[in-house]
Amino acid sequence: MTPQVPVVELTGIRKSFGPVEVLKGIDFSAYAGQVTALVGDNGAGKSTLIKGLAGVQPFDEGLIRFAGTQVELNSPLQASGYGIEVVYQDLALCENLDIVQNMFLGKEELKMGTLNEPAMELQATQALTRLSVRTVKSVRQKVSSLSGGQRQTVAIARSVLREAKLVILDEPTAALGVAQTEQVLKLVQRLAQQGVAVIIISHNISDVFKVADQISVMYLGQMVAHLNTKSTNYDEVIAYITGTKTQEGVK
Amino acid sequence: MSEKVASTEKVTSLASGHEGTLGDQVRGYLSRVKGGEMGSLPAVLGIIILTAVFEGLSPFFITKLNFANLFVQAAELTMLSSALVFVILLAEIDLAAGVTAGVAMAAFIDLVKTQGWPWIPALIVAFLIGIAIGTVIGFLVAKIGVPSFVVSLAFFLGFQGMQLVLLGEGGVYRVEVPAILAIMNKNLPAAGGWILLFVSAAASLVLSIWDRRRRASTGLVNKPFSIIVIRLVAILILGSFSVYYLNLNRSQGVIPIKGVPIVLPITIVVLAIGTFLLDRTRFGRHLYAVGGNPEAARRAGIKVVKIRILAFVICSFLAVISGVFHASRIGSVDGSAGHTIVLSGVAAAVVGGVSLFGGRGRLAHAAIGAIVISMIDNGLGLLQMPAGISYLVQGGVLLAAATIDALARRRNGVVSRN
Repeated sequence: MTPQVPVVELTGIRKSFGPVEVLKGIDFSAYAGQVTALVGDNGAGKSTLIKGLAGVQPFDEGLIRFAGTQVELNSPLQASGYGIEVVYQDLALCENLDIVQNMFLGKEELKMGTLNEPAMELQATQALTRLSVRTVKSVRQKVSSLSGGQRQTVAIARSVLREAKLVILDEPTAALGVAQTEQVLKLVQRLAQQGVAVIIISHNISDVFKVADQISVMYLGQMVAHLNTKSTNYDEVIAYITGTKTQEGVK
Repeated sequence: MSEKVASTEKVTSLASGHEGTLGDQVRGYLSRVKGGEMGSLPAVLGIIILTAVFEGLSPFFITKLNFANLFVQAAELTMLSSALVFVILLAEIDLAAGVTAGVAMAAFIDLVKTQGWPWIPALIVAFLIGIAIGTVIGFLVAKIGVPSFVVSLAFFLGFQGMQLVLLGEGGVYRVEVPAILAIMNKNLPAAGGWILLFVSAAASLVLSIWDRRRRASTGLVNKPFSIIVIRLVAILILGSFSVYYLNLNRSQGVIPIKGVPIVLPITIVVLAIGTFLLDRTRFGRHLYAVGGNPEAARRAGIKVVKIRILAFVICSFLAVISGVFHASRIGSVDGSAGHTIVLSGVAAAVVGGVSLFGGRGRLAHAAIGAIVISMIDNGLGLLQMPAGISYLVQGGVLLAAATIDALARRRNGVVSRN
């Protein structure tokens, strides 16, 4: 295993909705500079786990350690306070606003009570440059004129701008074509190279193998495998996802 | 400045739309227009066409008197239409904006006439009533979740009753407050018009230069300076022509009437403040964001409910200003004030380029749209067309504008998918 302290470490996480237990004692870690893929079939509990990390739906039980210290995540504000940013599948961008305006939405910089546009434009440009984004024409383009891949780029760059320590990407390539998927996966790797811990949720196992360092597999509310991408293969991951294979110690 | 750019990071690797020559900027603008971001371009073309048509058909259209009349008529509509922009930007509607103004003015006249209040506190109460109404409508829409169409329709009906209760059946009260009457009926002295023009031009210039300096000191590229010069020259030419023409005697009687109507500087100041609020403050940015994608705004930590309520409050407040203009122009307050103007207000905003789908539009669009609607009304009146024809034409123009809006939006949607 990786010797360093994980950015986020979950131990014995449980979550129920009424009588239905959705998370049955999950252990999970994500490390700085690494892409950790979270895979599993529909209903495995991936979304619930992510919502808990985002502070949207707090967990019922379990320990959350952030950079080694125990924390509580009871609201989205708390989560973003620790540097946890979630890029949801539907991206949450305002099409009528431009790239800079979207990247600073809700965190606008002011100068004498008015919007400090030059400062925001500069920082947005720098954040995109740091991720080597070359695909957008102008940072003042309206998001409505961007392609799906470009929008994903903006959403990911926004988390960089906010100096996130942990970025969670929910199905970032689900709606994209082949070329754009390539671009976004490269972007995800560059994001990790910035020293960010990246968690990526995906149904596309070949994408996962292209981008992830670690693969965590969930099956019916349990974490059934933590795999190193280099020492596993496609069939093994599929076997864990479908429940035909289980690791020792997991019922 | 270039050393500074080099010293930070490779900030020049991504464009910002400010680069290039004047020609590049023009090409950029044209490609945005082609992409569906037309703004008020159709409305400006409409003004030019309407002027040509009406001037060809009626000898009275471009006369000194009618030119001034147009400004005065359009001012009232501009104010109401600007009020509506704040809620239309959220893809909401306030059908009660007109009667809100009616109720506020009914209360005003009641306080002045029956209770014997001085006019200033009575006017303050009228505005407070507007704010209160906006708060209630906003609360019902944003917090309770009743569709704004229904809430404002209920208020539209209810307040017609309230106006009758306050003023009595068939009650008509003359406005005998000189300051109120002066707004639409008195004019600035000749020098006042020129001062207004030069102060406006100077303010626009100073703000542009201020913005350029801020960009430059951050190490960002600026648009060519010639754009500012062209805009300034345009303001000065159009403004000088208007002020000069309005300063000529337009009276058909013995007593001369000349000068810029007092309503004009008031309207300009309100529009300037509103535009500042929308373009340069956090509230304005959040208003556009909520109008564009409420869910994205919420996730970004924007207090969506607060923004929505505030938009309705501002709408009702500006509507009361339009009510004051109306009372000033008519010279009286009666129980039917504000019943029909709200639909013209919506029409003006949409014709001017404000999108009913929310998130797109500016106050200047509302003003330009208001001029178009006022010109149709005024021009057809001069041609002695029956009022029915005017409504038919206005309805047709509104339908055309809303269709253009929907088509532009659809084209945008298609672009975004590939």
